[in-house]
Amino acid sequence: MEGTHHHVQSDDLNFKATELRLGLPGTEITTSSSPKIIININNNNNKRSSPDNNESEEEDDNRVSSAAKSITAPAPKAQIVGWPPVRSYRKNNTAVVVGEEKKTEYVKVSMDGAPFLRKIDLKLYNNNKNGYTELLNGLEKMFNFKIGSEYATAYEDKDGDLMLLGDVPWDMFMATCKRLRIMKGSDARGLGASAV
Amino acid sequence: MAYSLIPEEVLEHVFSFLSSDRDRNSVSSVCKSWYEIERWCRRRIFIGNCYSVSAEMVTRRFPEVREVEIKGKPHFADFNLVPEGWGGYVKPWIRVMSGAYPLLEEMKLKRMVVTDECLDLISRSFNNFKVLVLTSCEGFTTHGLASIAANCRNLRELDLRESEVEDLSGHWLSHFPDNCTSLVSLNISCLGSEVSFSALERLVTRCPNLRTLRLNRAVPLDKLPNLLQRAPQLVELGTGACSAEIRSDIFSNLTEAFLACKKLRALSGFWDVVPAYLPAMYPVCSGITSLNLSYAIVQSPDLGKLVSQCINLQRLWVLDYIEDTGLEALSLSCKDLQELRVFPSDPFGAEPNVSLTEKGLVSVSEGCPKLQSVLYFCHQMSNAALITIAKNRPNLIRFRLCIIEPHAPDYLTLGPLDTGFGAIVENCKELRRLSLSGLLTDRVFEYIGTHAKKLEMLSIAFAGDSDLGLHHVLSGCESLRKLEIRDCPFGDKALLANAAKLETMRSLWMSSCSVSFGACKLLGKKLPGLNVEVIDERGHPGSRPESCPVEKLYIYRTVGGQRVDTPDFVWTMEKEEEVLLTE
Repeated sequence: MEGTHHHVQSDDLNFKATELRLGLPGTEITTSSSPKIIININNNNNKRSSPDNNESEEEDDNRVSSAAKSITAPAPKAQIVGWPPVRSYRKNNTAVVVGEEKKTEYVKVSMDGAPFLRKIDLKLYNNNKNGYTELLNGLEKMFNFKIGSEYATAYEDKDGDLMLLGDVPWDMFMATCKRLRIMKGSDARGLGASAV
Repeated sequence: MAYSLIPEEVLEHVFSFLSSDRDRNSVSSVCKSWYEIERWCRRRIFIGNCYSVSAEMVTRRFPEVREVEIKGKPHFADFNLVPEGWGGYVKPWIRVMSGAYPLLEEMKLKRMVVTDECLDLISRSFNNFKVLVLTSCEGFTTHGLASIAANCRNLRELDLRESEVEDLSGHWLSHFPDNCTSLVSLNISCLGSEVSFSALERLVTRCPNLRTLRLNRAVPLDKLPNLLQRAPQLVELGTGACSAEIRSDIFSNLTEAFLACKKLRALSGFWDVVPAYLPAMYPVCSGITSLNLSYAIVQSPDLGKLVSQCINLQRLWVLDYIEDTGLEALSLSCKDLQELRVFPSDPFGAEPNVSLTEKGLVSVSEGCPKLQSVLYFCHQMSNAALITIAKNRPNLIRFRLCIIEPHAPDYLTLGPLDTGFGAIVENCKELRRLSLSGLLTDRVFEYIGTHAKKLEMLSIAFAGDSDLGLHHVLSGCESLRKLEIRDCPFGDKALLANAAKLETMRSLWMSSCSVSFGACKLLGKKLPGLNVEVIDERGHPGSRPESCPVEKLYIYRTVGGQRVDTPDFVWTMEKEEEVLLTE
């Protein structure tokens, strides 16, 4: 196991003082700046959200990014009739704001038989072509094991189902993964080699 | 002459190869017998202004027409400049045609007022009716659509592009009878409320020739695969709402369904799109030639990723979220691009909300050699950029630039944008349509009058210094057909000096300018070939001094005489010999 870093940050909204948190060396646990606010998005209305959600996507009122100027922009000037020349049905199809994405996406990782869980930032692997491969490498390092006949990686999705890692595109996985689970022993053999 | 030796049937056969109206009109003027032969075999008529001719005159001259296309309100009606109730009623046309053209197959209407009664009459009068296209029309409800669905046995196309439909119920779709299998094109994208999905599904299933399907926002994403599976032959697809809970089964169904649609060439819709679902469409991107993302609130990098996959793209409509960087990427990956339209995501915001400037358009003009049609909304422009664009793309045919702030100068020099637009008209010798914006003096009109010899349509707003500007345009632009002007200091002199020019054009619109009532009356008297309409919601212009400028003015050539359906805020100026009262 790597050395531990114990971070307590006062503006970490979801952080319980008694929880032991181990971060990867050299990483900072930061909370989000303003998230995207998009009309009619359903993916935040999670019907079966697990009680241990990751960092909530609550807005931090003090941290409005410059890109979100539109919310705080001065009121538009008195409008001239018919100007700019945009058809009326186009006027209703615009976004309210553009915000910056969260910089990190930590999920819990459990390993069968291990005494405590870890957390891993999926965003670290976001820009690679081989997100899954790199993620597995990271997990192998973190828990000091090798993927193979003894171990298989799975994740719990938004619905609470246990899913084999690697079936869906990386972006979709990022959006639906709630926690990772490294399975060992007979369960792992049942799954066979992971899809990755 | 040898002409009289050619039998009629042969001439008729030869004429049948003439599709352009201009050619047919030329042929009709050769001699009386050619006129007669041609008029009996003309199958398609296009009426650019419904008040330029009466339905009776048309049906009398052309008795065997199968396809009709009619336009109503002037273009500026799109931006609420034409008051409600002005006109453009299709009813008199339908009444006359229902008697004269029982074999009518196609009707295409633009900016016209269409009622349920009209739709019902259409559905019952023409047994072989096949195609109904209503572009930017209004005045009807879903009940009218039900009549069309129920009664038009051989309906091939029902296209409601951008019309305003009063949505009373989604059940109209169920009125398509079970034995209706002829649909080729269905566009209901403008409808607000839900249509019966099972009826839609059954309809799609039983129409094997369906090529175009444009759904409305209310059709959810998770249902889209159901439709695509039943219509893998689709060439043009408009999605419904593109948002859904992110679920891998929806994603995989969607991907699979798109994979099966090997003929897809055009995509649109994308309301509320969730970027995670865009990769489902990647399999079809390389075949896509037309992409309308103008309702999609997508940003980089998702937007860029999608667009760069569409290497054969010819037409792109997009919001300014694409930004300069996205347009640069576009210019590198889409070398076949012919048409670009960039719409403003926040047209009324005080500050620009995205990083889209003149640079994006310059990149596209550099990288896309086939670019010929541009509509671009932005916040800043420079003469230098316009000159670069003009030099890069002398093949431009349509150039519509809207700098959002009226009177916005060249942001680098703070001077007018005259030379920039001047370069456009000088270099782009085939330019047919031009829209101006920004700070402009009379000088730009001098350039336009001197160089824009093929220009057919010109839109001017908040520009010019004096009548000289208008005079340059009217005296110099030989091919001008439609001129629309708002908020410019143009008055009587240029109009009266170029009055004859107006009879060579389809129409002239001027609003919030300086044309006096007296000048309008004079024009009306001088030019019997025109209807000079004064549109003024302040009451009768006679109640104000003659020198007082009118609110709005619409002048168009006509052989149909005065309108009989003018509302109480429209006055047609008296023609010289007419005894009719216009007030």
